Amino acid sequence: MDDLLAERDLVLQAFWLTIQLAVLSGLCSLAFGTVLAAMRVGPISVLRGAATTYVTLVRNTPLLLMFIFVFVAAPNIGWFVGTPFLVKGVIAVSVYTSAFVCEAVRSGVNAVPLGQAEAARAIGLTFGQTMTSVVLPQAFRAVVPPMASVLIAMTKNTSIAAVFGLAELTFRMRYFANNSADDTTIFLTFALLYVVLVELISAGAIGLERRWRAAR
Amino acid sequence: MAADALVALDHVDKWFGDLHVLKDVNLAVRRGEVVVVIGPSGSGKSTLCRAINRLETIDSGSISLDGRPLPQEGKALAELRSDVGMVFQSFNLFAHKTVLENVTLGPMKVRRTGRQEAEQRAMELLRRVGVDSQAGKYPAQLSGGQQQRVAIARALAMDPKVMLFDEPTSALDPEMIKEVLDVMVDLAQRGMTMIVVTHEMGFARTAADRVLFMSDGAVVEESTPDEFFSNPRTDRARDFLGKILKH
Ligand SMILES: Nc1ncnc2c1ncn2[C@@H]1O[C@H](COP(=O)(O)OP(=O)(O)OP(=O)(O)O)[C@@H](O)[C@H]1O
Ligand SMILES: [Mg+2]
Repeated sequence: MDDLLAERDLVLQAFWLTIQLAVLSGLCSLAFGTVLAAMRVGPISVLRGAATTYVTLVRNTPLLLMFIFVFVAAPNIGWFVGTPFLVKGVIAVSVYTSAFVCEAVRSGVNAVPLGQAEAARAIGLTFGQTMTSVVLPQAFRAVVPPMASVLIAMTKNTSIAAVFGLAELTFRMRYFANNSADDTTIFLTFALLYVVLVELISAGAIGLERRWRAAR
Repeated sequence: MAADALVALDHVDKWFGDLHVLKDVNLAVRRGEVVVVIGPSGSGKSTLCRAINRLETIDSGSISLDGRPLPQEGKALAELRSDVGMVFQSFNLFAHKTVLENVTLGPMKVRRTGRQEAEQRAMELLRRVGVDSQAGKYPAQLSGGQQQRVAIARALAMDPKVMLFDEPTSALDPEMIKEVLDVMVDLAQRGMTMIVVTHEMGFARTAADRVLFMSDGAVVEESTPDEFFSNPRTDRARDFLGKILKH
């Protein structure tokens, strides 16, 4: 405990880095995953095929592999050379998570009655407008719980960044654990910090569900 | 005949797989005309309606609106659809938007009307159909009859050249049917061009200029409402009327 308090700046820095990884990856994954979902339900078969291939490929690949690609393989072929570690971490996590976001959004789109999109098209909205104004807002409302699960898994997945030299929570935990005998306290402290993050996501999800209930 | 027609269908055929759902349908609807389409379940009435704003594609023949053939998918088609109002049996109001937002969405997104102007016009239309007091509510909080009247206002907000109604009252409780029909009769009297799939004979007699009777994908009889209801020419129409009159 004393070690942790003495070097609490390191702990807080690690917490902050994990928050950055989670928030940035979350935003990127939501945006990209939603675009993928729109491609998968859209009228253009090339885009449908591309998005489907992406999801199949990424969902069936371990996240660790994604990190190895972004941090080790890609620089060897001249990609991401000199890119900050945080950005690389966000890329690896987002590439992976957006496939899951896509599937969650798609299940939401399937839950929106067909008549909604037909009514939108009937008043003259284009496919893009139909998606952004009518279908996707309702799809999101329908998938808040599974989307929260995806984001919670993602938050915990950011820990893999530790292996690649990002001094986030898991990285720091190992650092303290290696230099101290009080492993249990250290473990509990760091676990608690993850719990705080995950609970924030859960609370956000519950809040959104409550707010959107009136409109369904 | 097709020259002055607002909606013109010319030798239209459509299949769903092996099922021939529209068989050589020809129809010319003049500006201001109200056409009622009637016929047994599965005869292709909905498909006919949906083909007119290309929610269904056709396999042969042609459909034109105001002299212009229906465009392929894309911007031009969206533009055409904005000129054709459609009212569905199941209302299909946007569930996540308020009544007012349902009516302003089209004008704001498609016609690029400013919010203030769109809302003002929307309130006028909602008043006209008698649901202006519900403007801030969500569709789920309204009765079926109110929802359908909002759906009519939503379609009217685009200033359509023609309105299509696909069994607009058949999902409604009896006491709500009249309030929707009244709005439709008013619309007809104001000169709106309308194609209405309905079994409401009262509406057909009051408002329709012409009745089309469909059976198995073909238009088998076409006459004035009085003629059709009192003296149907085909056995199939007589048979059908016998069935709906019994209930
Ligand atoms: N998407 C579809 N795929 C395959 N068959 C369809 C499809 N839509 C309709 N059909 C079939 O086409 C025929 C005509 O259907 P349509 O909905 O136009 O009939 P309708 O006259 O409107 O009937 P109802 O009075 O029951 O609404 C029916 O046999 C129906 O089962
Ligand atoms: Mg029908």
